[in-house]
Amino acid sequence: MAVIELSDVSKVFGPTRRGERPVTAVDGVPLRVEAGQIAGIIGHSGAGKSTVVRLVNGLEKPSSGTVTVDGTTITGLPERRLRAVRLGIGMIFQQFNLFSSRTVWGNVAYPLRVAKVPTARHRERISELLHFVGLADRAHSYPDQLSGGQKQRVGIARALATSPKVLLADEATSALDPETTRDVLALLRKVNVELGVTIVVITHEMAVVRSIADRVVVMERGRVVEDGPAFDVFSQPAHPTTQRFVRTVVDDVPTGATLESLRANHSGRIVSLSYRDGSRPGSEVFAELISAGVGFELVHGGLADVRGRSFGTLTLALSGPDAAVDHAIGRLRDRAAVTEVA
Amino acid sequence: MDRLLELEGLFWESVVETLYIVAVTLGIGGVGGLVIGVTLYVTRKNGLLANAPVSIVLNLVVNFFRPIPFVIFIGAVQPLARWVVGVGIGNRAIIFALSLAAAFGISRIVEQNLVGVDPGVVEAARAMGAGRPRIILTVLIPEALGPLVLGYTFVFVALVDMSAIAGVIGGGGLGNFAIVYGYRQFNPVVTWVAVIAIVVIVQVAQFAGNRLARTILRR
Ligand SMILES: Nc1ncnc2c1ncn2[C@@H]1O[C@H](COP(=O)(O)OP(=O)(O)O)[C@@H](O)[C@H]1O
Ligand SMILES: [Mg+2]
Repeated sequence: MAVIELSDVSKVFGPTRRGERPVTAVDGVPLRVEAGQIAGIIGHSGAGKSTVVRLVNGLEKPSSGTVTVDGTTITGLPERRLRAVRLGIGMIFQQFNLFSSRTVWGNVAYPLRVAKVPTARHRERISELLHFVGLADRAHSYPDQLSGGQKQRVGIARALATSPKVLLADEATSALDPETTRDVLALLRKVNVELGVTIVVITHEMAVVRSIADRVVVMERGRVVEDGPAFDVFSQPAHPTTQRFVRTVVDDVPTGATLESLRANHSGRIVSLSYRDGSRPGSEVFAELISAGVGFELVHGGLADVRGRSFGTLTLALSGPDAAVDHAIGRLRDRAAVTEVA
Repeated sequence: MDRLLELEGLFWESVVETLYIVAVTLGIGGVGGLVIGVTLYVTRKNGLLANAPVSIVLNLVVNFFRPIPFVIFIGAVQPLARWVVGVGIGNRAIIFALSLAAAFGISRIVEQNLVGVDPGVVEAARAMGAGRPRIILTVLIPEALGPLVLGYTFVFVALVDMSAIAGVIGGGGLGNFAIVYGYRQFNPVVTWVAVIAIVVIVQVAQFAGNRLARTILRR
């Protein structure tokens, strides 16, 4: 069942100044996010990602199209009803957006008060949430006494306070260092697995999508240019933008300057073995080369893991008698997609 | 010196009068300024309650009244004072004029401090389903409280200054005391006693305001 459904949604922002053109931030976007999924929306800055999530919780109203969340069509709902819908949708932010005048406890208590949860029940709920995010000992700290990673944990606890079905994460790790990013992403996974919360992760970093998303949506200039299961999008990106994003986390078949420099630095024939079906090259590839009497050197590429399946490209420089190399390449074709690049 | 002892009773009466005028003004003008300031802020473009006509009119009104020198302002609003508080002279009239002037001045201070609040926290509160009145009272004002306290302290000091002119419409206080018993009677000692009393009031107020703001900002 789709928890979030956008059908043909567009959002045009009127010009903020006289003489400017209106901006089409979101252009005819279809989006279905299934219950329990972690969907990653990736795109460059200005692609319209933030606007899409703000349409989901009604912070922006679509110019056309409809938005449905958990079975409720929110398009056209009055503000009062929208506020009730928002209690069921948590949101976390790049800059955390914690209330600096409130303690960690006060920050997490805030949505409970908005949701009119009786005060008698706050204590138990807040303590439960702080334990869940691993910050029980910081309940009485103020945000400016916390590290970035701790702040985002508070953000997550606060977003989960009213037990939402959906969590929207807008560049939630973009202000964090790689190690903290890993911890926060692991926490988001835990939110997904243990609490069954559907998560939409927005990012401009492919590494984030790779480590967490079940499903990848690529946006460019307000449009969805690619959408599919994470492994498929990573292993066989169709759109040039997606291909560029994938290359930021794993090397592809070398071209252009990379190829020239490989050519200059390595003798022999250069071939790329691509793995796109989830299988991993085992030692048999190398055994094959050895038994054919062909020398080899790994010169470029690597493998990456997405949702437990591997993909990637290994580029080898092969040396030896022509006939032997030809024979070896023929054998390799049975095991992987082989491209002779030089 | 003998003269000073004779005037001691009047002096303390003036101190109390100044404190009374300034405190009541800060109360009335402070609340009025807060309301106008918040309205100026939320009706701005892309504000929580963006409303161009209200914003434009309110800005015009504030900009019209604010630059008027207070000594002229007192005279200008005298008819209004008669209508609202029943008298055009004395402490009630001065409190009325001061409160009005203070409200316009404070409104800009409030607006500026609210502009300084990170829009992200307002966004977060909206995403949590909070309504606009709740956001104003439980997010905007608490987040700006430290600078607001400093702003109000600044206004308190300005009011002590402005209230010194109260004598022109028969109001009391230290300013009036200094002019009537010091300046006009060629008694610089009396004038300076009043000056020192004002300096002490201002210092104490500034110290207390800074302390309070520091506590709120926790630094
Ligand atoms: N409130 C707004 N008013 C006018 N233009 C906006 C507004 N919000 C976003 N935009 C414009 O819409 C486009 C998409 O913005 P956004 O959704 O924030 O992109 P992303 O999150 O992918 O960086 C940008 O060109 C941005 O300038
Ligand atoms: Mg964005």
